[in-house]
Amino acid sequence: MAYTEEELKKELETKEYEYGFYTDIESDTLPVGLNEDIVVAISKKKDEPSWMTEWRLEAFKVWKKMEEPEWANVTYQKPDFQAISYYSAPNSKPKYNSLDEVDPELLDTFKKLGISLDEQKKLAGVAVDIVMDSVSVATTFKKTLAEKGIIFCSISEAIKEHPELVKKYIGSVVPQKDNFYAALNSAVFSDGSFCYIPKGVRCPMELSTYFRINQAGTGQFERTLVIADKGSYVSYLEGCTAPSRDENQLHAAVVELIALDDAEIKYSTVQNWFPGDKDGKGGVFNFVTKRGICEKNAKISWTQVETGSAVTWKYPSCILKGDNSIGEFYSIAVTNNYQQADTGTKMVHLGKNTRSTIISKGISAGKSQNSYRGLVQVNSRAKNARNFSQCDSLLMGNECGAHTFPYIEAKNKTAQIEHEATTSKIGEDQIFYCNQRGIETEKAIALIVNGFSKEVLNKLPMEFAVEAQKLLEISLEGSVG
Amino acid sequence: MLKINNLHAGIDDNEILNGINLEVNAGEVHAIMGPNGSGKSTLAAVIAGKEEYEITEGSVVLDGEDLEDQAPEERAHKGIFLSFQYPVEIPGVSVTNFIRTAINETRKAKGLEDMPANQMLKLIREKAELLDIDRKFLSRSLNEGFSGGEKKRNEIFQLAMLEPKLAILDETDSGLDIDALRIVANGVNKLKSKDNAVIVITHYQRLLDYIVPDFVHVLHEGKIVKSGDKELAHELEDKGYDWIKNGATV
Repeated sequence: MAYTEEELKKELETKEYEYGFYTDIESDTLPVGLNEDIVVAISKKKDEPSWMTEWRLEAFKVWKKMEEPEWANVTYQKPDFQAISYYSAPNSKPKYNSLDEVDPELLDTFKKLGISLDEQKKLAGVAVDIVMDSVSVATTFKKTLAEKGIIFCSISEAIKEHPELVKKYIGSVVPQKDNFYAALNSAVFSDGSFCYIPKGVRCPMELSTYFRINQAGTGQFERTLVIADKGSYVSYLEGCTAPSRDENQLHAAVVELIALDDAEIKYSTVQNWFPGDKDGKGGVFNFVTKRGICEKNAKISWTQVETGSAVTWKYPSCILKGDNSIGEFYSIAVTNNYQQADTGTKMVHLGKNTRSTIISKGISAGKSQNSYRGLVQVNSRAKNARNFSQCDSLLMGNECGAHTFPYIEAKNKTAQIEHEATTSKIGEDQIFYCNQRGIETEKAIALIVNGFSKEVLNKLPMEFAVEAQKLLEISLEGSVG
Repeated sequence: MLKINNLHAGIDDNEILNGINLEVNAGEVHAIMGPNGSGKSTLAAVIAGKEEYEITEGSVVLDGEDLEDQAPEERAHKGIFLSFQYPVEIPGVSVTNFIRTAINETRKAKGLEDMPANQMLKLIREKAELLDIDRKFLSRSLNEGFSGGEKKRNEIFQLAMLEPKLAILDETDSGLDIDALRIVANGVNKLKSKDNAVIVITHYQRLLDYIVPDFVHVLHEGKIVKSGDKELAHELEDKGYDWIKNGATV
């Protein structure tokens, strides 16, 4: 493993959020507030066709009538949507062919993130589309992908270059009116990624995107659309970091996955946004709608490692529309200090012989609250649907909470649904046992937590798994006295 | 190597050890016997540095160094190993991964680099063979679903891997059938050398047929009430602990 104990120690010493720096790059920012003019202005800034502008306006109309949901097991100061600036793009508009042309300060930021393009280029097999403050500024490996007919670009670019695909699929899985945040995103989304894998093509590399929120007070509203055509396969990675801020930052992304007949999409996320400081001040609000649809024999697999954000509200879901389709959800959610997470999944079984698996691992420390919320729904014509759910919670200390809210709706008698749940606590005996073998307490906790999370970590692509392990360790710093 | 001087220790103001004196030198095997509640396991825990226990008087000295202010992991780095009576489960962490972490953490404390993977594998293979441990066993989660015998064998496997200066075997024989007992004892015997020492804590003479002690101490009410050679263990077996208890009250 590249990451050494020495490095972890160093990071633990500097108690501040690891990626808490701020890049001073000139930004092109719209005035704060939200109205139709702003929506139109965003669309215009991005040179969008009129159908897209109309689509945004429709969403805005719906959003205005909606109320912020309150059912989640979280409490927070609601954002003032009129105090947010909805668009911010780095000024360095042109795309680069080589690194020399890129703003050195931006490169420096990437280096701090440990994802310098230099490195990335060498890291064979990973193409990176980096979203820096809403606008995609660098795309690599595009050529290799193009040879296979794979489209991997920013959503803005896709709207211009591949309108027929975008028009057909955007909003097809998460409609504009789906929920408050999805509607908001549909109206003001700034950028995001687009991916199309043609029929029968197996994407030869892991596709990855790094998101960052940078400009102070700018909410980031990404929109991601992944379409896997019949019989194709793609593995998509998404990783996030954000600089520390005193005020809360809003993040409301929408991710839509479309897996056509016999296609497979693997979508992995490592989320590490600023969780707020030790007293619960600051931190990112993460209200995300992620959903995929599976046609016949298709498979969608969500894997997520959630360690960041002050408040998380996120339910990557699968609509198992086609017969024999498969949905999977593997999740690790870590909360520490005052973090709150309400996360889980929805598995909607519509087709026959559809199967779903849910493995959720919640780790709570400090004064945090960690909730699993999951829905397994079996439609009346979904014969022989099967689901297996397992929700495990690990508690550290006496002031945190773990909650499980499983919902099961079965309308077909042939359905087989299993739900298992466990709650455990890291025991002093476990720690002492490790100590006695020469393993210090911090390392012992990391070991125990990694063991607890193993089933999910194993689902991540290799380089991501290493990063995720490191994040788990950092996130739980100082949580056992 | 180890010197215990007038050790008084307990938990929550409850004194369990009432003035223990014991000296263990390199190359020696000491057996500590005694009835339930006599303080055997407490003594092991205090030497290993379990935090709940407090030393109220006296000292535990290893190679001239008082251990009182040292964390359990520091003591482990200095060569103290405790084979637990009830080894804990750590789900998802394999036997191999656990021992690898333990070895590398210990090496780090000594300013050494991680052990190269091939060397680690070789060592694991060697020691597994020594203790008749199946390869599959090594990839199982630590102690999860292990039988009593497997747990104890795993403890001795870790002992073999870590090669401590002082090994304390806390009731290693409990829950073992005769075959497992023999394997475990043989393992311990093979690891014995003139440079290390073993403290065997046990209820029964049985284990001492295999791991032959140089000294036997009988613990009663937190004190060593009788010391002798291996014959003492036989005598105890014949006469029972009442013999000691009555003797102590006289």
